[in-house]
Amino acid sequence: MENITKRFGKVTANNAVNLELHEGEILSLLGENGSGKTTLMNMLSGIYFPDEGQIYIHGQPVTIGSPKDAFAHGIGMIHQHFKLVDVFTATENIILGLEEKGRMNIPEATRKVKEICDKYGFDIDPNQKIYDMSVSQKQTVEIVKVLYRGADILILDEPTAVLTPQETDKLFQIMRNMKADGKSLIIITHKLHEVLDVSDRVAVLRKGEYIGDVLTKDADQQSLTDMMVGHAVALNIDRPEPVNVQKRLEITGLTAYDELGVKRLDDVSFTINAGEVLGIAGIAGSGQRELLESIAGLYPVAEGSVRYYAPDGSAPKELVGLDPMDIRKNGIAMSFVPEDRLGMGLVGSMGMTGNMMLRSWRKGASIFLNRKDPEALANRIWNELGVVTPSTNFPVRRMSGGNVQKVLVGREIAQSPAVLMTAYAVRGLDINTSYTIYNLLTEQKMKGVAVVYVGEDLDVLLELCDRIVVLCGGQVSGVVDARTTDKRQIGSLMTLVRGGKVDA
Amino acid sequence: MHKQSLFHISKRDALPWYQAVLIRGGAIVLALIVCALVTMLLTGENPISIYGTIFYGAFGTARKSWVTFQNLAVLLGISLAVTPAFKMRFWNIGAEGQVLIGCLATAACMIVLGDKLPNGVLIPVMLVAAIAAGALWGFLPSFFKAKWNTNETLFTLMMNYIATQLAAFFIIVWEVPKGAGKIGIINQNSEAGWLPVIGGKQYLLTILVVVVMTILMYIYLNYSKHGYEIAVVGESRRTASYAGIKVDRVIIRTMVLSGAVCGLMGLLLTAGTDHTLTTTIVGGRGFTAVMVSWLAKFNPIVMVFTSLLLVVLSRGASEISSVFSLNQSFADILTGIILFFIIGSEFFLTYKVSLRKSRKEA
Amino acid sequence: MFDFASFIPRAVMQGIPLLYGSTGEILTEKSGNLNLGIPGVMYVGGICGVIGAFFYEQSVPAAEMSALAAIGIPMLCSLAGSLLMGLIYCLLTVTLRANQNVTGLALTTFGVGVGNFFGGSLIKLSGSEVPSIALSATSAYFSKSLPIAETTGWFGQVFLSYGFLAYLAIVIALLASYFLKHTRTGLHLRAVGESAATADAAGINVTKYKYLATCIGSMIAGLGGLYYVMDYACGVWSNNAFGDRGWLAIALVIFTIWRPNVSVLASILFGGCYILYIFIPTGTNLAIKELYKMLPYVVTLVVLIIVSLRKKREDQPPQSLGLAYFREER
Repeated sequence: MENITKRFGKVTANNAVNLELHEGEILSLLGENGSGKTTLMNMLSGIYFPDEGQIYIHGQPVTIGSPKDAFAHGIGMIHQHFKLVDVFTATENIILGLEEKGRMNIPEATRKVKEICDKYGFDIDPNQKIYDMSVSQKQTVEIVKVLYRGADILILDEPTAVLTPQETDKLFQIMRNMKADGKSLIIITHKLHEVLDVSDRVAVLRKGEYIGDVLTKDADQQSLTDMMVGHAVALNIDRPEPVNVQKRLEITGLTAYDELGVKRLDDVSFTINAGEVLGIAGIAGSGQRELLESIAGLYPVAEGSVRYYAPDGSAPKELVGLDPMDIRKNGIAMSFVPEDRLGMGLVGSMGMTGNMMLRSWRKGASIFLNRKDPEALANRIWNELGVVTPSTNFPVRRMSGGNVQKVLVGREIAQSPAVLMTAYAVRGLDINTSYTIYNLLTEQKMKGVAVVYVGEDLDVLLELCDRIVVLCGGQVSGVVDARTTDKRQIGSLMTLVRGGKVDA
Repeated sequence: MHKQSLFHISKRDALPWYQAVLIRGGAIVLALIVCALVTMLLTGENPISIYGTIFYGAFGTARKSWVTFQNLAVLLGISLAVTPAFKMRFWNIGAEGQVLIGCLATAACMIVLGDKLPNGVLIPVMLVAAIAAGALWGFLPSFFKAKWNTNETLFTLMMNYIATQLAAFFIIVWEVPKGAGKIGIINQNSEAGWLPVIGGKQYLLTILVVVVMTILMYIYLNYSKHGYEIAVVGESRRTASYAGIKVDRVIIRTMVLSGAVCGLMGLLLTAGTDHTLTTTIVGGRGFTAVMVSWLAKFNPIVMVFTSLLLVVLSRGASEISSVFSLNQSFADILTGIILFFIIGSEFFLTYKVSLRKSRKEA
Repeated sequence: MFDFASFIPRAVMQGIPLLYGSTGEILTEKSGNLNLGIPGVMYVGGICGVIGAFFYEQSVPAAEMSALAAIGIPMLCSLAGSLLMGLIYCLLTVTLRANQNVTGLALTTFGVGVGNFFGGSLIKLSGSEVPSIALSATSAYFSKSLPIAETTGWFGQVFLSYGFLAYLAIVIALLASYFLKHTRTGLHLRAVGESAATADAAGINVTKYKYLATCIGSMIAGLGGLYYVMDYACGVWSNNAFGDRGWLAIALVIFTIWRPNVSVLASILFGGCYILYIFIPTGTNLAIKELYKMLPYVVTLVVLIIVSLRKKREDQPPQSLGLAYFREER
């Protein structure tokens, strides 16, 4: 791949990236979230089309305009989100979309699938239905699907994100088998130990730019972390010293499972203090969403407790088992800016006023809604935060991302919360809006609110927060003081598997 | 190479109100032209006199106007009834059955208790029975939907026919005279259980009740806490839980309300105007109501106009049918055509269609 | 003793229109389209056949009729009419992404209207002299059964006494079943209905499949209307006589949990329920027969509830049933 550039509107996702893949090797594509790894690979697999640049296969320039083109060139990609039909068997999914000659011959296809499985050591039953399968088996089906189509180049997008360590080991063994068979593989990941474990060569992307590549045998965790995170960038976020810090929420042994029975939170314990900004760091999907939703009463908790210490010093209250309404009825002012702004935090079809009511609709004994106060609040936020909208009744769905977030954060802060939790509060926002949000959070901290900031940009976490909890695979891998730590230490904690050591 | 379609379709960001009106209005005008063409082909009459006939059919005489307004009231009332559920994205196509079961409950009270209770007691009993029956028909599908996510479209559809057969059963049980297979006018002599006639106009009561209902429903949906909950649940269940709304409870409560209002419409039909019970007393209006409500984007005030459009058209088409001694079902054809056009026009409100610029891919 | 030899043929004749309807609707629903317009489609299928036959009978004296034309013309008219209905539905729901429920209901209003209107006005419109539409000559070709049916006693009565459309219905249902289960196209179709996004990613043309399945489904359903009027009703169209059979066909789809082969027997069962009241011993309260007619709906409801309770994945409706598919622009 030469000089590949892809822009989405004003955002440049990949800027003149060069990448080389040799036959029979495993290449790791390493980078933080949002560094453009997946975008780059999507261009190779025909989902996106590059704005500039050229792709060569075996020295020949090729055009890849669709996934079918990609297959024709022997390129197959295994996406993070599986594209499988649940009620079909593995075999049926594998042959789906193929236009082979003659009538459909399931036994023959099954035999071929079995052959591939035996060859590389896959462990699936071709006749099993997808809905009966574990996540790792579904992934296997995706891989077999690609192999069945005769791919020589396999791209795996964060394949280990959904796997247990044992399953990961098995996957790596299979990858080595495929390599031995002459296939070329690209694995997208941000877990350093996996890079070191499985790949021959590492290519690093940072913020859409190609940083360089090294042979794995010449690399170690430290050099890779440096390449991945780069040098600290001074953001100059105003961070006053916390005053009057006191315990507000105490989380102990929190454990939760998702609908599929996968453990999302594993014995999580830490405290959230009033008068502090607590950062939560971790690679995507390490349990951040589940953690905040558990605290807010929106996610089923299997074990553990969340204890609330009121500012007035009264006896602590247990929050586990309460839903958002119960929490509110208990007099606990908890604000939550969720990650999914329009899908959870706001009602897209309503205007600012309607969305203000999301927090206040139940107030009062009347069967009618109080519209006046929300209207006034909407107007206040409109003016104070400079929300760009034609009116307070203009559907928030049609506003720009920054304005949507201002509405959401503005509303949550206006609840005069005791606890304010935010998830990816500045994702997708421009610099100015981001700083507005940082300042709002800091303001809240100085008012004695316990602020939680889940973020992905380590530079911001280091400058905004007072303490940082690092999550890794649903566990707390460390709690550090943001003033004394550095990116490298957090980076290592983020990729730490239980039992490993922190080299800091 | 993958083929690019000729058109580029993308979601619209915002649509100025006049453009929305223009698109909707354009669709209706187009539909009316097509209707006129179809009528012209079948009758050989020129379009202007066709619409003259339609207008005459709907409002030509005082009597015709009253019937038109009565039809409007019934259709609008049922449309109002189904609206809260639709706003919640609960696809209740069982209004036909919910109204019919209300009719049945009303008729049952009138027949069984007609000679036992004075009207002052009987009518409240009928009211309670009709509303309770409708509410039950609304409760069942919503309960299963909330608990086990049973498909509500198919459930409510089946409930329609269970109501129909129940009505058919009781019609035979109460048939007058024996062997007639129908009930005829209930309590024709005693007029027991007949709703009072206001100002000497038989249809006025129904019309007034529906006017009040329209206003109440508008207030309920837009200004009450329940209305707000319904809107949020319809938009996103996750947001609803986030805001502390108990989603299951809202689903069941709203469907019970929908069913109850349908039951009330059943009372108005049987005790207010028709004074009888047949299996076709609702006459498909439970289904038409779905379309009225949907076309009005669940706004009760707009529904007055969408139902007016359909009722006028259908009354006018009946007039055409009788003038040209054609079949009465002509109205259904015109209604269908109008609906197709309005349904189709929605697309152009949400999406922008532009010719694709030829893009070079090399 | 219950007279099975006369009960079963009646049940079958009641069941055949339902079988056509449900087979058509199953194909449609497998593509993710919930076509509530099927009742209307069946009316249109019926009336178009009637129109075709009517004009054929008007222009050709009974003596000069040929079996091919007498069957072919009404059938082609019927297919064309229901195809048109399918196209309207697809245009609105697939291309214009309109709500399927609303579109379906509008289509039913329209279709029933078309059926009753032309059924009631055909004579007037064509200016003919006949008192009522009774297409006995063409209808005879439709209901012609094998001659040996009458000589083989109860066997002939139960198995051989039907017109060719009845056997065609069973053949189509079995073919549809085989098609869905054992062919590549069937697999692709099911994928479209389960998860259009997955099918799209696998390179399947979702729009094409939805159009084809829905239009072919409509045409099959339309034959149900044709059978009803030309065979069962002996070529006599009476308004609303077809009744709610279209909705019953949709109920049958749920009852058979989306399996056309099961529908062959289930439709006869439903047909049996429909006419069971004729066979209840004399002296029973006539009202009870109306309760018997409720049976198919109650049973369907119970099946619907059980299916949602059991959560067995194979028995669920196609996952993206009722949803329009819109690929976000890349």
